[in-house]
Amino acid sequence: MNHVTVRTGIQTSRFVNIVIILLALGFLGAFLILPLIVVFGEAFRQGIVVWLKSVTDRDALSAIRMTLLVAGISLPLNILFGLAAAWSLSKFRFKGRNLIITLIDLPFAVSPVISGLIFVLLFCARGWLGPYLIEHDIHIIFAVPGIIIATLFVTFPYIARELIPLMTEQGNEEEQAALTLGSSGWKTFWRITLPNIKWGLIYGIILSNARAMGEFGAVSIVSGHIRGETNTLPLHTEILYNEYQFTSAFAVASLLALLALVTIVFKSSIEWKMKEKQA
Amino acid sequence: MSITLSNITKTFDRFQALKDISITFKNGELTALLGPSGSGKTTLLRLVAGLELPDDNPESHILFHGADVLGKPASQRQVGFVFQHYALFRHMTVFENIAFGLRVMKRSERPSKAEIKDRVNELLKMIQLESMARRMPSQLSGGQRQRVALARALAIQPQVLLLDEPFGALDAKVRAELRRWLRELHDKLHVTSIFVTHDQEEALEVSDRIVVMNQGMIEQVGSPDDVFHHPASEFVLKFLGDVNVFHGRFDESQTIFHGHSEEKSSRMLVRSYEIEVLLNPHGIRDVLPVQTQRVLTAGSMVKLEFTDAMHQIIQVHLSHADYTRTPLEPGMKAYLRPVRSMPYSI
Repeated sequence: MNHVTVRTGIQTSRFVNIVIILLALGFLGAFLILPLIVVFGEAFRQGIVVWLKSVTDRDALSAIRMTLLVAGISLPLNILFGLAAAWSLSKFRFKGRNLIITLIDLPFAVSPVISGLIFVLLFCARGWLGPYLIEHDIHIIFAVPGIIIATLFVTFPYIARELIPLMTEQGNEEEQAALTLGSSGWKTFWRITLPNIKWGLIYGIILSNARAMGEFGAVSIVSGHIRGETNTLPLHTEILYNEYQFTSAFAVASLLALLALVTIVFKSSIEWKMKEKQA
Repeated sequence: MSITLSNITKTFDRFQALKDISITFKNGELTALLGPSGSGKTTLLRLVAGLELPDDNPESHILFHGADVLGKPASQRQVGFVFQHYALFRHMTVFENIAFGLRVMKRSERPSKAEIKDRVNELLKMIQLESMARRMPSQLSGGQRQRVALARALAIQPQVLLLDEPFGALDAKVRAELRRWLRELHDKLHVTSIFVTHDQEEALEVSDRIVVMNQGMIEQVGSPDDVFHHPASEFVLKFLGDVNVFHGRFDESQTIFHGHSEEKSSRMLVRSYEIEVLLNPHGIRDVLPVQTQRVLTAGSMVKLEFTDAMHQIIQVHLSHADYTRTPLEPGMKAYLRPVRSMPYSI
């Protein structure tokens, strides 16, 4: 550490500096890095063969497929919703705008378990829409649609939240300039609006995807844990853990941890790109 | 191409930005829309461009060369619009910015790639930024950005060029340069142009015609000379420069204040440089005794501030030559004699 090069008005003693840094590093290690090491350590405890077997087990594969399916459906819907919401909330001023922005944050504020329960109340046999659904033979709760709805609810703020401040700050002068230059609304969106928010959008997609794949609470309530049918990766991990199949549980968990790591790498490289763009 | 607006009213929420405006902009003229902020000048410009729509009224028309364009969206009006803050496309190079209007044309009308390249290079040459074609907007200075914005607007060969406070965000020196450049450009291209400004000097210097606006209405339309020497209202006179207001009685026996009113009590508006300063009245009757308060000699004119017996502040601008004849210091007594004035009844 060199204390001389930069002199700021705020001076702390070297001792205090070291203590603060050690505290921060210790906290990081104990609560963020150690668990990751444990997950991978436990997953590979009995060797790569066992790990592979756990991950390619029939129920595990079905859980992976289910997770990919749910993410694959909810993500495009989230992109569509996020873009539409951000566009209308940032480029226009109208009554109730602030209320809608607050409502978008609702899934952040509500415990996922409660949102799961809300959907059960709505769609289960004795729920509000239950009789109608039974009459028409539509299965939502304890089936794939329920999982997708719950996932959508939990993940939809991510993209809109990322885009609203960005688009508000950019204003709509560039779009107006494009219009006066003869560009149609559609062309203006593709050539001006979208390129300007590209990195923010990708950032939102990555966060939204990570949450969609990792969501436990809300999905746990609506899925019914039917092995090989309505199990996602997080749910499958829990089942294995409850059955004392620790190695398999950690093997499956290591997949989720890997997803988290990939997400973080992506996220920081995009943050870096966005900063570069602004400079 | 001439532009005619008739019976145009524009209301935002409950605020009336424009009140029943009717005006014609002549073909090939460079017109300045001059007024304080909130006077409706930008709204008027945006209405012409199609970026705003007037209040619903069957009597309202916006005519381009006689043809109503109210039903046309901005993208079909073929106007060049230059924004105060440039609004360059931040993710495109200077070259791509200028080419944009050509690239988004319908396939049947779109020039070939080579033609687009030629046209853009021509415009780059015109704005003297040929070496900057590959730069991003963020790498340019304010003056350069505004020139790119102008080239981009001209690329589509607009029928009208609209400029919304084009030099408002630039420093004084670059402003003056761009002003002169815009005038030269207009003399070359003769495209009907309207530009918005709140700077009276800019309007007087650049335009063929000035439209003075106030509170959503037009106060006066005329040549810079007209507007300056024959202001139609007190507002116009005050907006065009520093003006002193004298209250008092004026009658036939007083000959100094020419253009005096018949009424016994009225107000006189006198421009700050149309006042003579005397150290000694020399028997002249119609002078105002004052006390010198401040003297500012740094500048092209010497600025003097006096107070009269009623403690009203009077501003006088003198040339440096005149000041050497009456070298006043703060605290000294002096006598003022308006050279020219305009009467307005209360």
